[in-house]
Amino acid sequence: MGTLILNASSQTAAGSRVVMTETVKANHPAGTVHASGDPRSAGTTMAIEDVTLRYGDANGVLALDDVSLKVAKNEFCVIVGPSGCGKSSLLYLAAGLNDATSGSIKVDGREVIEPGADRGMVFQSYTLFPWLTVRANIEYGPKRKGLPAEQRKQIVDQYLNEVGLASFANHYPAQLSGGMKQRVAIARALANDPAVLLMDEPFGALDSQTRGTMQKLLLRVWERQQKTVLFVTHDIDEALVLGDRVLVMTARPGKIKAEIKVDIPRPRSMDVILEPDFIALKRRILGLLHDEIDEDH
Amino acid sequence: MAQRRTAWTRLTTPFANIPASTATTLALAMWVVVIGGWALLSYGRVVPNMFLPTPGTVLETTYRMSLDGSLLYHTLTSAKVVILGFIVSSLIAVPLGLWMGTYRAVQAPLEPLVNFIRYLPVTSFVPLFILWIGIGIEQRIAVIFFGTFFQQLVMISDCARGVSRDLVNASYTLGTKRSEAVWHVIFPAALPAILDTLRVTMGWAWTYLVVAELVAASSGLGYISLKAMRGFQVDVIFMAIAAIGLLGLITDTAFRILRARVAPWAP
Repeated sequence: MGTLILNASSQTAAGSRVVMTETVKANHPAGTVHASGDPRSAGTTMAIEDVTLRYGDANGVLALDDVSLKVAKNEFCVIVGPSGCGKSSLLYLAAGLNDATSGSIKVDGREVIEPGADRGMVFQSYTLFPWLTVRANIEYGPKRKGLPAEQRKQIVDQYLNEVGLASFANHYPAQLSGGMKQRVAIARALANDPAVLLMDEPFGALDSQTRGTMQKLLLRVWERQQKTVLFVTHDIDEALVLGDRVLVMTARPGKIKAEIKVDIPRPRSMDVILEPDFIALKRRILGLLHDEIDEDH
Repeated sequence: MAQRRTAWTRLTTPFANIPASTATTLALAMWVVVIGGWALLSYGRVVPNMFLPTPGTVLETTYRMSLDGSLLYHTLTSAKVVILGFIVSSLIAVPLGLWMGTYRAVQAPLEPLVNFIRYLPVTSFVPLFILWIGIGIEQRIAVIFFGTFFQQLVMISDCARGVSRDLVNASYTLGTKRSEAVWHVIFPAALPAILDTLRVTMGWAWTYLVVAELVAASSGLGYISLKAMRGFQVDVIFMAIAAIGLLGLITDTAFRILRARVAPWAP
């Protein structure tokens, strides 16, 4: 299983370069691809417009440079990019956990100004509440919403089954493996029925076998639940196995460099990585990313 | 191919576990050494009995003072002072410490003041307390409070500050409001550390007991030690010290049990 981990550490002066591959550059002379959304689905769930993020003062590090993208309703949208490109920062902005320096983010037409239950998030680190059982973790969001007990129980049971952990309902997170913890984290986020599910390299800390299992599980859940997902990863295979659309980001400052539609039919199996269509797409993304990494050496 | 490790290798390997039986044996051996050494020094007259009583004399005194009820009376008085001082201190320090660790706006004004007071010796305040509060039990409770509170505040504030940001962020994305985060996330997440802090500071509260009973007390383990010093009753001092140590051990164990009950999920 080919898993590529990209590293790009050094940085150049903010705004001093415009990085594009030949093919993409031809279409977008301004140097930024404004990803438009999947035309198959109706309606936009999340719209990120001209978002810039600079840490510190005006001379601080530019993390995100004029990023725009749209995620259509029920679309599975994946962002790939070298590490440190600001893809996680973008997700934190979308969640409302941090403020953009400029630009706007809208979910279902409403401006994001603070975090909220309509934007569920699964983090790379394990963030289950260690003092709550698996059941109580999943129940946390519905409880905050003030749903009645019997409705909460129904929701929790449904998602426990969805992620195959019904028999672990009364376990504490410390008693679970890494993969199980992330399954509960997914169930916990979905139990809130969010408008969009934000996933920040949720399988990054797992071994490659578990990661494959988790991807399969996520695809199954997504196909059944019909959710809008914005997924961040540095793993190209993962991006192509999961996504309807893959957005490739540049190294810092992060910009969207290319948008690639993944026309591989669903339901997808894990064997899809061996198919010529898949390999062609992978080669294209690798090329886009290699430019980024070479640039830094 | 793996050669079994010898017991000696295991004992001398950093962080390696040792069998429970070995641990118990070592713990008991320590007590045998301490009490044996004491017996050797006292029965052997290496140190005159006027300064170091024999274990037998101390046991005798303990038995005598248990029979007439004075040991229980003084123990209960002392326990009351320590526990009341500790409870009052904890009741304020836990919520205030949580706030301090959570909100920079609470930490900024409090921290310099608390760090100033925290280094002042409690003894230097005893005359002031007597002047202000008098010589009743309140004065002794105030000494325990003063010795415990500021340490607790700083440590509990650190417990709150140590809570993972991602845990709080995750709770926001699940619909927790900013005002709810302290109660729903930071407090439960910090609870095991807070209980550990309470256990440790409870021990410190006991150590302030003799200071509290130094002046103007008419009962308590510290008081009888001081009285015994004047009458050269070293055996009583030994008994009082042992009683304080034992009480400390009991409260420590009680806190361990409480922690296991309240936070069974925490290692």
